[in-house]
Amino acid sequence: MIPSEFEYYRAGSVDEALQLLNEKGPDAKILAGGHSLLPAMKLRFNNPGALIDIGGIPDLSYIREENGYLVIGACATHAQIATSSVLASAIPMISETAGIIGDVQVRNKGTIGGSIAHADPAADWPAALLAADAEVVIAGASGTRTVPVNDFFQGLFTTDLNESELITEIRIPKPSSETRSTYIKFEQPASRFAIVGCAAMVTRNNGSCENVKVAFTGVSAIPFRDHQLEQELEGKVPDESNLDAACEIAAKSVDIMGDHFASQDYRRHLAKVFAKRALKTVTG
Amino acid sequence: MATFNLQINGKNQQVDVAPDTPMLWVLRDHIKLVGTKYGCGVSMCGACTIHLDGEAVRSCQTTVSAAEGKSITTIEGLSEKGDHPVQKAWLEMDVAQCGYCQAGQIMSAAALLERNPNPSDQEIETAMNGNICRCGTYTRIKQAVKTAAANSQS
Repeated sequence: MIPSEFEYYRAGSVDEALQLLNEKGPDAKILAGGHSLLPAMKLRFNNPGALIDIGGIPDLSYIREENGYLVIGACATHAQIATSSVLASAIPMISETAGIIGDVQVRNKGTIGGSIAHADPAADWPAALLAADAEVVIAGASGTRTVPVNDFFQGLFTTDLNESELITEIRIPKPSSETRSTYIKFEQPASRFAIVGCAAMVTRNNGSCENVKVAFTGVSAIPFRDHQLEQELEGKVPDESNLDAACEIAAKSVDIMGDHFASQDYRRHLAKVFAKRALKTVTG
Repeated sequence: MATFNLQINGKNQQVDVAPDTPMLWVLRDHIKLVGTKYGCGVSMCGACTIHLDGEAVRSCQTTVSAAEGKSITTIEGLSEKGDHPVQKAWLEMDVAQCGYCQAGQIMSAAALLERNPNPSDQEIETAMNGNICRCGTYTRIKQAVKTAAANSQS
């Protein structure tokens, strides 16, 4: 398990990392917690010529509330996020997601920025961040830009991130106190990646559901918001029959993945089951 | 190559290695602390688990650069005489079969008990699920963690 040869640089600041990215060109990749990229390199799925380690940049792992947003530094580890009291009280779905990623050792080193930059189709973060309407702050040579997470994930291991850019922050609008959210998954028992992961967020107004947001990971090559399912439930007072009706159309308009863990049919079935469980949790 | 000043098991150690060298190889090949085991090398099995500032991490994916300035503990440094409550419970319950995974298992268990001295069954499973045992001694591992917790409290 030895990766092919690469150069290694440890950046002391975001500016230095950007400068190194610019110098080394498209052959360079950013290294944060190292729990996706390094295994991929050892398995020879990926062989960048240079790694630029941003794990040593001070103050890129903050978690705080700021002008109605919950902001998370790109290098915050899953363990930091899972145990943040700011997030647990404001948006439990985010803490829940962080707490069930991989295992203890992965959570202690893996970072939120690294995970979404890697864009594994079975990763947990995309569903929760899509349901939360998060934004990704990206730094490049010409300054920073902010991209809705909905436009960020573009395909299998493919994002809106350019070769010369890196993620610095995740921004999540703070939900109202009437909003409830959860993330649950059916996991592959060895890797603990999601075979189907479902995030749901619902605001209640006099009993009826408003701003219904349901997002899936693991189901399709691209994580997605299920707008059809959401529309089916929007404005309704949830009960067994209308939850069933909404979940029956889960993942209807996407190309569903099939592999040796779960066939397309089984994944579609799991999408319905996990949407129902998640929605029951947030409306019960 | 670069020089790194590491704090390993309470002692300062200087190594001259490439900055991307995994801590696993720094420990085994340079410091000659071979209690930490190489299992899969790709962050799946947990055999190489060590503590960085008291947190369980995989040394096969942790570069020496990321470990510098932190307190590193390996199985050799967990206790002076091999009498950490988890190590004692391990002997008491005869946990090991082939024993290859146990250094990593013990490091994960010790990190768990440090932050949660009296874990539930569910909490033990969650905390230990990053460590694979090919002999399937999971039942004894769980018993040993509970024994260690009980013995530490009494």
